[in-house]
Amino acid sequence: MTSPGDSGMRETWPLWEVFVRASRGLSHVHAGSLHAPDEIMAVRNARDLYTRRAEGVSVWVVRAAAITASDPDAKDSFFESPQGKEYRHATYYTESDAVPHL
Amino acid sequence: MNTTTDVTTDARADARAAQIADEAGERRFNELLASESRVEPSDWMPEGYRKTLIRQISQHGHSEIIGMQPESNWIARAPSLKRKAILMAKVQDEAGHGLYLYSAAQTLGVDRETMFDQLITGKAKYSSIFNYTTPTWADMGSIGWLVDGAAICNQVPLCRVSYGPYGRAMVRICKEESFHQRQGFEILLELMRGTDAQKEMAQESVNRWYAPALMMFGPPDEDSPNSKQSMAWNIKRFSNDDLRQRFVDMLVPQAEILGVTLPDAALRWNEERGHYDFGDLDWSEFHEVLAGRGPANTIRVSRRREAHENGAWVREAARAYADAQAESRRGLVA
Ligand SMILES: [Fe+2]
Ligand SMILES: [Fe+2]
Repeated sequence: MTSPGDSGMRETWPLWEVFVRASRGLSHVHAGSLHAPDEIMAVRNARDLYTRRAEGVSVWVVRAAAITASDPDAKDSFFESPQGKEYRHATYYTESDAVPHL
Repeated sequence: MNTTTDVTTDARADARAAQIADEAGERRFNELLASESRVEPSDWMPEGYRKTLIRQISQHGHSEIIGMQPESNWIARAPSLKRKAILMAKVQDEAGHGLYLYSAAQTLGVDRETMFDQLITGKAKYSSIFNYTTPTWADMGSIGWLVDGAAICNQVPLCRVSYGPYGRAMVRICKEESFHQRQGFEILLELMRGTDAQKEMAQESVNRWYAPALMMFGPPDEDSPNSKQSMAWNIKRFSNDDLRQRFVDMLVPQAEILGVTLPDAALRWNEERGHYDFGDLDWSEFHEVLAGRGPANTIRVSRRREAHENGAWVREAARAYADAQAESRRGLVA
């Protein structure tokens, strides 16, 4: 388990990951990271750093240390399951290609 | 309990396992490069790749941060409220660019305090263009048009570098840069439509910035020994001379629209090459400035150091306040 980009206590301020929602109806998308002493300042800094041109209507901040990521060394086996399972995609079913509205 | 022999055997087995992991990592790394894919922070990468990237990205970040100074010098003196607001927005963008780049460098395992330290102790390099001074308002035009223009030329190809976080930072930066160049061009255009004195001011400024802007692409290819490796790693996409040529080719028609003369007697269209020829640059000046003997090296670094040191209490107070708040929340819960 790793937290991406976290440098622990070596920094004066902790690292936060920033997610921005571009407009209503869309997901929050990762925009980048920043340093801030607490969540209130993190949200303000995120606004100043990532939405200077009206790029967002909402921001989320999450402490980088609080993010759990999949183990980078185990990526092959971890993401193995969908492989060879093309039947999970509509494109697998070619017999019905010519059938309208299907 | 382990005997000494067991420990040695274990250590050997560990070393062997690490070696196998490295070999697999290296294969994967080479595959990623060969397929023009991206390397991400958690991937295996050669030490040289990591070191070169840390140097390149942090120098780039430092340039953005130091690059605020020549322009912030004019915010309070810009000729109108509109120009003040524009200049402030641009300088704020540059601060943002510095932060994006520092964040990207951090994913390679260097911390921000270390980078700050290298900058304020004069150990780190940054683009030597920012060691020139900005005595006139027209310099705000020249910086935007020529300096940001050269930076864009350099940065657009970097959006496709092999290191993911760096490429993503560059995409964001490039989106923001285009206004920088245009606002600079319009400052010069407005001056060139003005009085004789204003025209003269614009021309005099372009005279000073043209050659240093061309030198922003770095020394000629034959004097740039590390370029080849960087190009193989896809962390540099075009050679210094190719980028410089591309920039000159773009500048000439723009200068014609402005009505300014580029201070280069050798500048002429070469039908055969399909490019503009241009004169030799004074590389001894470049190396002088790079070595710290430019017009403003000392002041740039000392300003940065002052700002960093004077801000220390703010950073510490904010941290202490956040800790106290968190502490009292824990108290409430308990
Ligand atoms: Fe910039
Ligand atoms: Fe810029």
